[in-house]
Amino acid sequence: MGRYPERREHVLTTAPPPALHLSVALDGAGWHPAAWREPRARPDELFTARYWADVVAEAERGLLDFVTIEDGLGLQSARYGQPDARTDQVRGRLDAVLIAARVAPLTRHIGLVPTVIVTHTEPFHASKAIATLDYVSTGRAGVRVRVSSSPHEAAHFGRRGVPALNLRDRADPAVREFIAGLFGEAADYVEVMRRLWDSWEDDAEIRDAATGRFIDRDKLHYIDFAGDYFSVKGPSITPRPPQGQPVVAALGHGTGPAETVPAQVGPYRLIGRAADVGFVTPHDAGQARGIVAGIRAAQDAAGRVGETIHILADLVVFLGGDAVGRKHRLDERAGEEYASDAALFTGTPAQLADLLQEWQLAGLSGFRLRPGVMPDDLEAITRDLVPELQRRGAFRTAYEAGTLRGLLGLGRPANRYAPAGRSRP
Amino acid sequence: MSRPRKQIHLAAHFPGVNNTTVWSDPRSGSHIEFSSFAHLARTAERAKFDFLFLAEGLRLREQSGQIYDLDVVGRPDTFTVLAALAAVTDRLGLAGTINSTFNEPYEVARQFASLDHLSGGRAAWNVVTSWDSFTGENFRRGGFLPQDARYERARTFLRTAGELFDSWRGGEIVADKESGVFLADAGAGRFTHHDSHFDISGQFSVPRSPQGRPVIFQAGDSEEGREFAASSADAIFTRHGTLEDGQAFYADVKGRLARYGRARDQLLILPAATFVLGDTDADAQELAKQVRFQQVSGQTAIMFAEQLWNRDLSGYDPDGPLPDIDPAPGENTIARGRASVRMYRDPLAVAAQWRARAAAGNLSIRELIIEVTGRQTFVGAPATVATAIDTLVQADASDGFILVPHITPGGLDEFADRVVPLLQERGVFRSDYQGSTLREHLGLAPLGEAARAGRAAGGAAPAVSGAAS
Repeated sequence: MGRYPERREHVLTTAPPPALHLSVALDGAGWHPAAWREPRARPDELFTARYWADVVAEAERGLLDFVTIEDGLGLQSARYGQPDARTDQVRGRLDAVLIAARVAPLTRHIGLVPTVIVTHTEPFHASKAIATLDYVSTGRAGVRVRVSSSPHEAAHFGRRGVPALNLRDRADPAVREFIAGLFGEAADYVEVMRRLWDSWEDDAEIRDAATGRFIDRDKLHYIDFAGDYFSVKGPSITPRPPQGQPVVAALGHGTGPAETVPAQVGPYRLIGRAADVGFVTPHDAGQARGIVAGIRAAQDAAGRVGETIHILADLVVFLGGDAVGRKHRLDERAGEEYASDAALFTGTPAQLADLLQEWQLAGLSGFRLRPGVMPDDLEAITRDLVPELQRRGAFRTAYEAGTLRGLLGLGRPANRYAPAGRSRP
Repeated sequence: MSRPRKQIHLAAHFPGVNNTTVWSDPRSGSHIEFSSFAHLARTAERAKFDFLFLAEGLRLREQSGQIYDLDVVGRPDTFTVLAALAAVTDRLGLAGTINSTFNEPYEVARQFASLDHLSGGRAAWNVVTSWDSFTGENFRRGGFLPQDARYERARTFLRTAGELFDSWRGGEIVADKESGVFLADAGAGRFTHHDSHFDISGQFSVPRSPQGRPVIFQAGDSEEGREFAASSADAIFTRHGTLEDGQAFYADVKGRLARYGRARDQLLILPAATFVLGDTDADAQELAKQVRFQQVSGQTAIMFAEQLWNRDLSGYDPDGPLPDIDPAPGENTIARGRASVRMYRDPLAVAAQWRARAAAGNLSIRELIIEVTGRQTFVGAPATVATAIDTLVQADASDGFILVPHITPGGLDEFADRVVPLLQERGVFRSDYQGSTLREHLGLAPLGEAARAGRAAGGAAPAVSGAAS
């Protein structure tokens, strides 16, 4: 956005709003395509553990709730839905779940939320991978589920065809049906992951020497999921993870309530039905209000009235006194003005703090900030924005919980398969 | 003139979900908490082992229609644990068993290439396959594969993954800030593969990893498996741990290498081995006897007998004689998710052998099962065990061993502290790592252009090991 509200001087006469939840979205050298050419960028280290360990440690120094790690089943591309054959931008990446696992033992508090593509992969594998991430991080795992609509990623698997459609034409009923199918599959995928996480009761491992039994098999459960896209028997091979249910997140694009933008029905329904955290892309507070209403409606329709679903707005941020000039220079180097699905913010950390607090009033729990340039904009978040929010009493001053669910104020859920009263609280 | 003494290769197998693992021991810790994996990995690295090895099974075992509950049950995801272990170790190789039936090459290749990057060149892949619809019930395609197609699936899977690994030749990441060239070649990662199993094309998304590809392991023993190993594997995981048996296997497999233009030291033969240590040989023997009884309880003995008899034997007394009825004919239906039952190719003959052995030794069911499933390779004082290992390796019965402790996670500590120093004194085991990658630890030549042209293609098939311990 080009303009920012003046620093708001209005005094909070009522109780202050709840503290913000803040996360950062990690992707390569930063979200701007020319970020890798900045002086402090480390483009030749993007495929090393050291790079990822450093950036996640920086996020943890800033007491952020969690990091997300982007992923995809093909090379990055600046063209929607197809490869672009460009050589002037970062191309290639490592598996996000493995990056998260690699940094887990090196961090203690921050949540780790890798992206898992659900369209061509196995929910059984993903469920045990995220459960295991929860074990290796002692309760800090989440997963951001993402669909793949592109034919070239489908060709990497060769298992299903993708219709030849112009996916940008959301008025085309065939496009809408295809997209709805992808999101329907995603919801089933999350359902299978969640059932598998619960397929062992917490105290299933009994090690009863007297009877010779390692487990009480009555506390292991077949999930017997049968849907349009796959059937999964269960139980998981991995016991219930420390959080019981790791945090599930999904991104839903959109600018307003679902009823005004039918293409958003799929993503909103997925968030409402399956997610603990929804990432959204409003471009102003008014849009945020509409989106929140749309997701709450989807939540209620899914029978989840009263459950916590945090809605976090995505923002691409370029921070500092000369943020506008810096972004301009980056655009010049890239040869085009950077555009994003999310709103762009250029300004000082204090101005960003103003904006976050204003948008929060639209019903958002917090934000997922996409640093334009790494590590510059990440450090501006952790070293400038966070202290500013702390001064305003709007962000934590120390980690208050040992698990990601704890940081997000989500309790440890009861096991769906355990008789009432048998699940560890 | 005698040849130089061979250097021994040693690896640590995380205790498996079978009765080798004694979970009832008071020292036995978690099989799922990361701290247990970190403990074993750190011990192995302290002892300068080549690698740590994880098995895999994708469905919990069942017997008589119920989840098998007498052994350790449950394990973490292989890739995720190995990536985390890369953070708490610097040099130790990280070997994972990954199934080629219920995965797709693009995903597995990107996971192994990622692991190799994130560990600085320490990844290894034990390629296994399964065909059974029992395991398939957890996956999208179900039990889609006919039993006799599993070799071909595994072979083509590995060949396809090799093409993906090789689709980046190295050096494509320029990342030159000044010129703005990130990628030297817009076509990096491009691939096309068409056969009866995989019809895929596109661009692989992980740049060439430090080792080029993971070290390839093959487990199993069949004719096809041996030929596959000779053509395409870097190491074989076997069960031939004795002198004569090991020498025969070793000579056979090493003898096949020349046909593929490979040197004898470019395929390592590493049997799985267990060990029991004591202050004296007599102490160790006594301890080993106790361990065998812990490993085979009366209930476990009945379960093992059922797996051969393919019948409900719950009415039998484990301390009494073997059943005098014959095994039920036909497909083994009593135990599911267990590769070992397929080893009983002629149950009637095996049952006759067991009866004869029990009669000769006046053995109960439990005593007989202890005898026939005995998995104790090395028993003795540290000097005895060190000598035994060195003798087997120098006599070309193996190139080293994959050690399977029976206690989690501390079961390797004593071996590291008491046996490894003796092997180092003998000059047959490294006192420190000489290289940083697993290929270097194993003495494997770096992958060059030649390797890309031929080896990754894979000749024969990996063996079937649907639920390798």
